[in-house]
Amino acid sequence: MSRIGRITTLLMAVLREIFDESAYQRFLALSGMASSRGAYARFMREREGTKLRAPRCC
Amino acid sequence: MSKILQILIWGAVFLAGLLAVATIALHRGEQINAMWLVVAAVCTYALGYRFYSKFIAAKVLALDALRATPAERLENGRDFVPTNKWVVFGHHFAAIAGPGPLVGPVLAAQFGYLPGTLWVLAGAVFGGCVQDFVILLFSVRRDGKSLTKMAKEEVGRVGGFVAYVAVISIIVILLGVAALIVVNALKSSPWGTFTIAMTIPIALLMGIYLRRLRPGKVMEASALGFILILLAIWGGQWASQNPAVAHYFTLTAPTLAILIIAYGFAASALPVWLLLAPRDYLSTFVKLGTIALLALGIIAIRPTLHMPALTRFIDGSGPVFAGKIFPFAFITIACGAISGFHSLISSGTTPKLISREIETRMVGYGAMIAESMVAIMAMIAACVLQPGTYFAINSPAGIVGAAPETAAATISSWGFPVTAVEMQSLAHVVGEQTLFNRTGGAPAFAVGMAHIFSNSLGGQAVMALWYHFAIMFEALFILTVLDAGTRVGRFMVQDALGHIWEPAGRTSWYPSILGTSALIVGAWGYFLWQGVRDPLGGINSLWPLFGISNQLLATVALCVATTIVIKMGKARYAPVTLVPLAWLVSVTFTASYHKVFDRNPRIGFLAHAQQLGASAGGTSGRLIFNDRLDTLVTGVLIIMVALILVESGLEWIRVLSGRKQAEVREAPFVTTRFATEEQA
Repeated sequence: MSRIGRITTLLMAVLREIFDESAYQRFLALSGMASSRGAYARFMREREGTKLRAPRCC
Repeated sequence: MSKILQILIWGAVFLAGLLAVATIALHRGEQINAMWLVVAAVCTYALGYRFYSKFIAAKVLALDALRATPAERLENGRDFVPTNKWVVFGHHFAAIAGPGPLVGPVLAAQFGYLPGTLWVLAGAVFGGCVQDFVILLFSVRRDGKSLTKMAKEEVGRVGGFVAYVAVISIIVILLGVAALIVVNALKSSPWGTFTIAMTIPIALLMGIYLRRLRPGKVMEASALGFILILLAIWGGQWASQNPAVAHYFTLTAPTLAILIIAYGFAASALPVWLLLAPRDYLSTFVKLGTIALLALGIIAIRPTLHMPALTRFIDGSGPVFAGKIFPFAFITIACGAISGFHSLISSGTTPKLISREIETRMVGYGAMIAESMVAIMAMIAACVLQPGTYFAINSPAGIVGAAPETAAATISSWGFPVTAVEMQSLAHVVGEQTLFNRTGGAPAFAVGMAHIFSNSLGGQAVMALWYHFAIMFEALFILTVLDAGTRVGRFMVQDALGHIWEPAGRTSWYPSILGTSALIVGAWGYFLWQGVRDPLGGINSLWPLFGISNQLLATVALCVATTIVIKMGKARYAPVTLVPLAWLVSVTFTASYHKVFDRNPRIGFLAHAQQLGASAGGTSGRLIFNDRLDTLVTGVLIIMVALILVESGLEWIRVLSGRKQAEVREAPFVTTRFATEEQA
């Protein structure tokens, strides 16, 4: 892969992590569920107990 | 690369940095280009990262490339996930970058560009970056434990309790001040208010899109939300020019305060997917894009700084906030130099994502450098304004007068010429009714940012759009901190109450949700209300209070860090954390003393209360109560931190004198599989 391609891939990985898309994919893989309204609802409930308890800086 | 070439390159970086720092420090009476600040910052950060952080990593912390991190050992696919270092870096930066590094430097610019800039550079390299780095590493070595847990285990029970109180206090004060900044930015501004009001239905739409239409497609929803926000900015212009609509969005400060308090309560009590999470994503999307855009804009136009290096207000008589450079410049700029709040992030989500111990240097030290660079950009945005304009925007009516002519005359008499006509013209260009007395830092930053953006793209014709883009960016940023902070505060209160009465600790039990949300919103809402009703604009008393509480939390973090360093048997390297700790103690204790006991009523809470008592007016009783409350809050915080300092000091003496065995509570050593994978 070209250098620009690698940087783009890395940038997308950063954004997917920041925007919780990677976390959702991991959740689906762990729970063996396919993406759906119900799966996303469960994911959000789980996130509330973890990431959303973390403070956001000033 | 050969050793000689390396020496030559780093020698050149050092010389360039030295030249830039000398230029910004020694130039008097003539304007300098903003690029000198950028060069000084880039060289300082490069040297700090290459040499100082490497020294800390090798000698003080002895980072171990073979030691498995909790992300690897406790990997569960949820909290503990070994993650690429650049991904963790981006994630950590997104979590630590808030409105603080944008607002603090703008307020501190009243001293001139020099004090704030030097503090941002030195404070970050020797303080903030070190704190974030060491706390991150110590949390990684303790299974990702939080600062409060580390304080309890390594320092003692008092340490744990103090850390908890400091965290709750800082959250409450921060949220009150943050809300006040939004109120001051939006009052009497139908355009800004319309745009921000629209972000609520946009976030709700995003929530429904994510939940019902395209589950999990957050970037897609955020991009869509961003387009809708741009439409809302454009629509705001229409709203402000249509008297029937503008009427509903032209709000006074008290009305805005009530609406924001109601919003904070709703965001805390509503399901997270509906409002809070989508707003958070949208805010991050706008934040990362705008910061990048601002950096490009500064490099593209290389603006001239009109603010002098030092102003006459270094004597403590500043209109933005009262007090001398020492200690007030150092508590006004917290995020960007050193922020205790970061220690919560460094001991929160981030340590659970780090896959190799050696990466804590890049993530902890490196992300703080990026945050500090944001503070330098904010300083530039404030200092590209003509000083007269800067002071007209940031000075409260209580100091310069409410009438435009009076305010302009007062500011001109300080040696910063400005006229009411010029300010009216500027207000017209940015689509506002007035720019006088718009305290809080956000409007001044927005005007500076609009100036930089419009010079890069679109010219003066689109300055109003850029200004409201900047206001939207700041307000969105701040409101996200507000709703997330309220929720975090609610969880903390629920956790604490759960120890007393079990049902109160249930995070899904609605009576507890409503009660604890009301408690947290009521607490920060009180500070907001106090600021809104303050004739001096509120920022004068509340921002220093926020700065003090934030730096006191940094004091707690550095106490924990120093204790651990000593217990690791590295007492000779303890100055790495001890020196910034000593500096913060001197700054915060001096600032607290002045805020409570200073005889100048603009600085000291008690003197202000006494002055109000002497001039018995209708609202004096409430204002006197506020002053006494602020005194109490400052006093409690200082006593708490004094306790942890004493407890830490005693622990250091016990360990150093051999009366107590030096023992750290690290997780057992396990060899990482990544090292063998790398070798293979």
